[in-house]
Amino acid sequence: MTQPQVDDRTRDPGRTGIADDGTAPSARMVRLAERLRERIGADKVLTDPAQLRTYECDGLAAVRVRPGIVVLASHRDDVVQTVRSCAEAGVPFVARGSGTGLSGGAIPVADGVLIVLSRLRQIVSVDPDNARVVVEPGVINLWVSREAAPYDQAYAPDPSSQQVCSIGGNVAENAGGAHCLKYGFTVNHVMGAEVVLPDGEVVRLGGTASEHPGLDLLGAFIGSEGTLGVATQVTVRTIRIPETVQTMLVGFHSVRDAAGTVSDIIASGIVPAAIEMMDALAIEAAEAAVQCGYPQGAVAVLVIELDGPAVEVDEQFRQVRELAEARHAFETRIARDAAERALMWKGRKSAFAAVGRISPAYYVQDGVIPRTRLPEVLEEIGRLADEAQMRVANVFHAGDGNLHPLILFDDAVPGAAHDAERLGGAILDLCVDLGGSITGEHGVGVDKKSKMARQFAGEDLDTMQLVRCAFDPDGLANPGKLFPTPRLCGERPGVRTAADTPDPALGEVF
Amino acid sequence: MSLDALAEAAGMARAAGPADAVGGCPARFVATPGRADQLSALLRQCATEGLTAVPRGDGTKIDWGQQPTTVDVIVDTARLTGVREHSSADLVVTVGAGTPLRALQATLGQSGQRIALDPGSTEATVGGILATNEAGPLSHTYGAPRDLLVGVQFVRADGTVSRSGGKVVKDVAGYDLGKLLCGSYGTLGVITEATFRLHPLPISRVFLIRSVSTPAEVDELVGEMLDSRLAPTAIEVDLPPPVERPVPRQLDGTGPSGSGTLAVLFEGSALGAQARADAAAELIGGRVCPEEQAPTWWGRYPFGPDDVGLRLSVPVADLPAVIYALGDAAGAPVPVRGAAGIGVVYAALPGDLPVVRVAGVLDAVRRVLLARSGSCEVLTAPEQLRAELDLWGPVPGLELMHRIKEQFDPQRLLSPGRFVGGI
Repeated sequence: MTQPQVDDRTRDPGRTGIADDGTAPSARMVRLAERLRERIGADKVLTDPAQLRTYECDGLAAVRVRPGIVVLASHRDDVVQTVRSCAEAGVPFVARGSGTGLSGGAIPVADGVLIVLSRLRQIVSVDPDNARVVVEPGVINLWVSREAAPYDQAYAPDPSSQQVCSIGGNVAENAGGAHCLKYGFTVNHVMGAEVVLPDGEVVRLGGTASEHPGLDLLGAFIGSEGTLGVATQVTVRTIRIPETVQTMLVGFHSVRDAAGTVSDIIASGIVPAAIEMMDALAIEAAEAAVQCGYPQGAVAVLVIELDGPAVEVDEQFRQVRELAEARHAFETRIARDAAERALMWKGRKSAFAAVGRISPAYYVQDGVIPRTRLPEVLEEIGRLADEAQMRVANVFHAGDGNLHPLILFDDAVPGAAHDAERLGGAILDLCVDLGGSITGEHGVGVDKKSKMARQFAGEDLDTMQLVRCAFDPDGLANPGKLFPTPRLCGERPGVRTAADTPDPALGEVF
Repeated sequence: MSLDALAEAAGMARAAGPADAVGGCPARFVATPGRADQLSALLRQCATEGLTAVPRGDGTKIDWGQQPTTVDVIVDTARLTGVREHSSADLVVTVGAGTPLRALQATLGQSGQRIALDPGSTEATVGGILATNEAGPLSHTYGAPRDLLVGVQFVRADGTVSRSGGKVVKDVAGYDLGKLLCGSYGTLGVITEATFRLHPLPISRVFLIRSVSTPAEVDELVGEMLDSRLAPTAIEVDLPPPVERPVPRQLDGTGPSGSGTLAVLFEGSALGAQARADAAAELIGGRVCPEEQAPTWWGRYPFGPDDVGLRLSVPVADLPAVIYALGDAAGAPVPVRGAAGIGVVYAALPGDLPVVRVAGVLDAVRRVLLARSGSCEVLTAPEQLRAELDLWGPVPGLELMHRIKEQFDPQRLLSPGRFVGGI
């Protein structure tokens, strides 16, 4: 497997890895490493600082923490044994899939264990009659569709990193993708999971069937960013591949027209499989990187995809063309075959990596707004960018208002990375102020946990912590993520302050 | 607690009457808060005095679940109603939990939209539908209520007003507490407000209706539909009891097998829905008809108020085996109806059977289901049966559910005993 390409920041944005400070591991960690070697085999337990360094960060390269111990799990039981050992020793653990997450959800804990799941790559079963595929968590997203393809079925969630990201990571983050608008998110497609709880107990949540008695623990687990346990097996549902897929690329001279076209399509009662939007800077980057042939001189392009029975799609496609033309689309290109469709999507899906062609470094954000506010939000992002004297390339899942501003900066300039993060924060504030969200699909992780208090009231966060306390009373599963303030279970909310507990995820931040 | 104190907290309260009993358990008071802060004050007061509270919408499913151990206060959501915000262009609506779904759909319909939900209890409120995760035929395409809920506001047992999710269709910030509330039978909190994602109303709805005689035949036809690229919106089956004996009161096992119906719904453009239904008819036979001629049983439960109402959920390919097993265990074909395309069907057993017979049927069916990752829940049953029956069968993860309950409601004041494992 290659390393993640999709969020391949061409350079570490001005922050080098942590120096080997030569600090000796604590006696507790030494004992835990010994125990792990006994239980799962010495070859799966890494403690050599040089080897640990590989796992310092995930797709959010700005934050790096060297883990105390890395476990390369190659069997489900390795995970169970590791979590159990951590629970016994009171040592925190963090699960990691492919490490492509963009919010730092898999950043290790310095005095903890990183459980790497990427060797758990078995397709356990393919059951086309029930439209189910059972996989281990390290299985790559795209492989599921590949396994289902002989039966004319596919796995719908398609994050842009689908060639490298893992199902386990998708479950942790409730990953989305371009086709959420019609098909929903990971949570709508995962039917069951085997989960190792933070105390080492193994539970099965959900299953092959659609409904199960009792609380929907699976629904709470999906998107919990590794803070409630580790999935060791996942049952997903597959969908029938639609009869027809039609994709068009439409160029506009103004963002307002592009956004207006999206609104008109939704208002006409059409639910496209995807509507993606890119602005001029994103188009320029994509062109430079993959020569996808986007319309020249376009200030905004839309990639619109419709799928379903041909008799429905043909009619809708005609309508969409008319709507775009009424909004002064100056160029409309229709993919004639799968290859042309792939090229249209390549420009979009490689957009993150592509901005590496036009900027030494970048920082990507993930906010959501009510879609109808798109034109004013873009103007405001432009204003904020000018104020910060930075360039922002914009890529959106326009159908559902999910923005991915790519903040470009030069990491050679001191303080630029910090400025980029500050601009990203201001854009998220804007999203919240408009009634949106700080994350549509990348998760909160460490990157945005301080923003949680902006989107939610203290009571809301306290209530979420109740779930955490039920699953993980000792706070060992991926501590320091998602919540702005750690809280000890059993205490009444509001008593503790951040200063009471050191943040375990706070290693060295660059 | 005095009625006056309740009325002051909630803004409206009265003494309960016999009609306010919850599954046979009499209630003392009915409080009808008009706002979230009134509900908060009410529950805070209940918590202080150790009073139990059971939320109620229209009461269409008040006899679902186990009988609560006590009901001091019914929290009536009748004044927590109305559309708070409908952003039609953003495909979301926020409504009070006491809003009847039917009224809400009428409002949304004026904008050419709907919540893609069509539960069997037609008078149900939004809050009740969420609390029981009640879904109808549309769940074949759109999933259960939890799949359409994007945000929720609710009040915890201690009076804390909380919110999860938001008002945009895509949002992964924080834990999705809406998932936990859906199907929790009012045991974790009282829902005050919900935000749903919307879908456009289809221009046309066309049904394909085909008679079927055995579960095996149903399986074959459903398989054909699922393998086709015709994208049916819903696939429902109705296997009624034999005509000679409308409900098998005497289970002697000699009744003839029932003759049933498979109905497939196609939604889309006028041309498209018709063409797809016609194509489906060519594949599996049957008669294509417009919406006005939809089967009368479509989206209705096969059980009445005096029956034992079951919900079976199984992997779709196992559906025939489970329907046969149910008939074998009952000693006669049992009326079965529901979403054959996703393996969620409802069944009715006569409510006047002795409890040992019903328990025996449940045991037998659950043994068959265990190996197939399926479940058989008793949604409702006559009072005298209910208390004696295991309504839920085996519940994986039950220990964890108890821990959640302990965190959300340590005093066990919200609908105590109504849910799985006595939660």
